[in-house]
Amino acid sequence: METRLNGVERDFLCEPRQSLLEVLRDELGLTGTKEGCNNGNCGACSVVLDGRIVNSCCVLAVEIEGRDLETIEGVARGDQLHPLQSAFLDEAALQCGICTPGFIMASKALLEREPDADEARIRHWLAGNLCRCTGYDKIVRAVRRAETAIEEMNV
Amino acid sequence: MEAFDYVAPRTLDEVYTHLNNGKRTLFMAGGTDVIVQLREGRRQCDLLIDLKRIDQLTSYGFDSEGTLVIGAATPLAQLYEDVDVRRRLPGLVDCASLIGGIQIQSRASLGGNLCNASPAADSSPALIVLGATLVISSAQGQREIPVEEFFLGPGRNALQPGELLLQIRVPRQHPNSGTRYLRFIPRNEMDIAVASAGVHVQLSEDGARIDQLRVALGAVGPTVKVVDTSSLVGRAADAAAIDAAGALSAEAATPIDDMRGGIVQRRKLARVLTVRAMEGAIERAREVR
Repeated sequence: METRLNGVERDFLCEPRQSLLEVLRDELGLTGTKEGCNNGNCGACSVVLDGRIVNSCCVLAVEIEGRDLETIEGVARGDQLHPLQSAFLDEAALQCGICTPGFIMASKALLEREPDADEARIRHWLAGNLCRCTGYDKIVRAVRRAETAIEEMNV
Repeated sequence: MEAFDYVAPRTLDEVYTHLNNGKRTLFMAGGTDVIVQLREGRRQCDLLIDLKRIDQLTSYGFDSEGTLVIGAATPLAQLYEDVDVRRRLPGLVDCASLIGGIQIQSRASLGGNLCNASPAADSSPALIVLGATLVISSAQGQREIPVEEFFLGPGRNALQPGELLLQIRVPRQHPNSGTRYLRFIPRNEMDIAVASAGVHVQLSEDGARIDQLRVALGAVGPTVKVVDTSSLVGRAADAAAIDAAGALSAEAATPIDDMRGGIVQRRKLARVLTVRAMEGAIERAREVR
């Protein structure tokens, strides 16, 4: 398979039965994307495929031939964290951290579409991402903080 | 997951060459159900046919008669984000934007939701009351059936071997009509309906009288229940008629007890959801578009 992964052309071999999640983690060594439920409920494996946020456990790796893929590894610029990543740290919006890459990817997809999303919209959009530690409030605060940070950057 | 072969044909003719050759084949649209079913051993196949590289199956648009023709594998999010679809068919947006979270909606399709033939599928009551039809295609040709005829039982649809669901066709809606779909779930999002109701109403020119009324219920029977509401046609579109529709729904419902809800609860829900969906449908019918 040939794909564009975080802006770089990559190729890999896979079997039809392998999910994108398996290939990312086991073949390409990109373990930032997490496996939670492996059945499309928890969002821990969220990645952006051709500009849309999807669960990589519900995508076959053979489907991504010629597609554009973005994972958590492509979010920071070198040592410089994305405003969402900084905001999650500042708001202590993670405890065990397994759900965090999925939340960052989903939140980023939202803010790129709707930079002014309000709290209700953020909660609704993030319904497909489960967190068993934080109770969500800190995550929502982090996303709102990132919104402000991104707005200030753009002024 | 057991091994299988994978093909992603570019044309329907190419699809047909893979069928009826003794292999166990499965179609994949968004894959959000079929991949999980394969992984969990609930379904098996020798060959998985990915339909998403066929333009006809992944595109949609209004034709010259105002019918919305939806490729069966078109992702839900693409559909409900469309400004024209939102304006002309808000009842369709109701159901398309309820199925799963955003990650699912980026991939899952109306065709997949229908083919699964779940009694609780969100798309079926809404499409039925909208008067939608399904175009079924095979090497021998095409046939078109109303959505309500597609469901034979839980998990069983009307597709014959060698056939695939090609398109969903939603006819142009009358200017004095409105459609609303509602469901009850214990969470706010991302859940399977305990019960659901789709209501379509067409009012007289002055908005006072019911000229047409269609009610369909989800998750209160083995397939979608289409409620006989003929007794309400011609009546004033008022609270009494809405209550009467709710009563007809409660009567028509034949729910079971299961992990999602009980018989009594589902009957009550059929009534309440019908009342609220009808209020919403009437409101939409009276809006100036």
